Amino acid sequence: MISFNQVSKRYPGGFEALKNVSFDLAKGEMAFLTGHSGAGKSTLLKLIAAIERPNSGSVLVNNQNVSALKNAALPFLRRNIGMIFQDHKLLFDRSVFDNVQLPLQICGFDHRETAKRVRAALDKVGLLGREKANPIALSGGEQQRLCIARAIVNRPSILLADEPTGNLDAEYTQEIMKIFDSFHQVGATLLISTHDAGMLKGVRTINLRHGEIATESSGKITGAAS
Amino acid sequence: MGALAQHAGIAQNALRRLFSSPISGFLNIIVIGIALCLPSGMYVLMQNAQGLLAEVSASPQISLFLTMDANAEDIATLRKQLAQNPAIGKAVFVPRADALKNLAQSNGLADVIAGLESNPLPDAFVVSPRATRAQALDLLRNQLQKIPHVDLAQLDSAWIYKLEAMLDFARILTFILAGLLSLALVAITFNTIRLQIMTQKDEIQVAKLIGATNSFVRRPFLYLGAMQGMLGGITAWLIIVLCLHFLKQPVSTLSRLYGSNFALQPLSAADSLTLMLFSLYLGLMGAWLSVARHLSEIEPR
Repeated sequence: MISFNQVSKRYPGGFEALKNVSFDLAKGEMAFLTGHSGAGKSTLLKLIAAIERPNSGSVLVNNQNVSALKNAALPFLRRNIGMIFQDHKLLFDRSVFDNVQLPLQICGFDHRETAKRVRAALDKVGLLGREKANPIALSGGEQQRLCIARAIVNRPSILLADEPTGNLDAEYTQEIMKIFDSFHQVGATLLISTHDAGMLKGVRTINLRHGEIATESSGKITGAAS
Repeated sequence: MGALAQHAGIAQNALRRLFSSPISGFLNIIVIGIALCLPSGMYVLMQNAQGLLAEVSASPQISLFLTMDANAEDIATLRKQLAQNPAIGKAVFVPRADALKNLAQSNGLADVIAGLESNPLPDAFVVSPRATRAQALDLLRNQLQKIPHVDLAQLDSAWIYKLEAMLDFARILTFILAGLLSLALVAITFNTIRLQIMTQKDEIQVAKLIGATNSFVRRPFLYLGAMQGMLGGITAWLIIVLCLHFLKQPVSTLSRLYGSNFALQPLSAADSLTLMLFSLYLGLMGAWLSVARHLSEIEPR
């Protein structure tokens, strides 16, 4: 589903975020991305959604070379990728419900279908009772779950999460991991960056160090490492 | 149906954004309205002036003063000649005695005229041409001037020339004004949309991150610009209608004093529609330019 082949990314100014990274993530696979801060986890996720472009190598998503996609094709790539951001990127000028319905509006769903799907997504993350609230009134954990609801409402086949449990306590982390697991169960492909070692039991882990893959521990399915 | 509902939703949203800060929203619209009402108001006045011009120049006259030695026979030939000329509608003969009598009555010169030894006035024809354009009238005057026994053919149209020239001048002035103020409208919209894009920066970034196409992101701003333009056009229309309403009474009083039944004509339905569509279009254009310039600067990181 996701395939990196000798990918390097250098930011303007010369900082080399990724060096020669190669790995494959099969359809329906779930993997963690670990590493110290600045190891290139966020950059790797951004390359998958074509928010950044690699300097060399190729990134394949669904057998499509993302690094060569035209700008006009990007929206359609991104509609198939649910993204959960470290800083949530919620819109505070509208309700919880309106935040979650944005991806559906973009895809042009009608009112009734939109409402149904938004409620289903909010139910899944346990925020159904808060749909009229403003996101600013939610706790950190709730905001993170709202961000997840927005990412899954469109039922994407790929879910990318950047430090989803970054500043949450263990209980919240457990809840959010349960949500991810339920997605894994229904066949979504997940890549989750984290520095929380407690989450990693029995799941494939790709460890980055200074922009290179340092170690790879296999979970149930073994990916082909370079 | 779905697409239509979506567009209606966007339009509604744009309207809400337009008045999200009511004072500046209204001020923008008023500025646009005033900018537009200047050239459109001038246009209305010119239309009216042209109507007035047509009315007064519909009855231009050429006075033919005959030489003093013209006798009754000459006058009869001349009368026939004038009646046969296709360019002439009517020719009335004014004998010199009558002319003197009229003069004595009308201008209070009775004493002076009574003191004259003989009648100094010539016989005359008052000719009403069919043509009303100044150039055609001038041509006819030159033609009449050449007829034997005609001493002087005098056209009372010099002032029509001047008025027409003035109207031409005003027309060009209106075009220049309309061009400049249209540019101003585009600039105002450009800036409004720029500010709106800046305040919605987060929303645009998020929308792009979750798969919004450029046209999806662009659409609300185009609606906003078009709507602001049209509301400005409606404001301009209201200003003009109101001004004409207030001017109507004084103008008709004035024209009655001049013995005319001239009345101010309001903006026609077609002109009103043109005004609103034109301002809508200008708003759309300003928004388009602004979106093209500023939206690409906002890419998610």
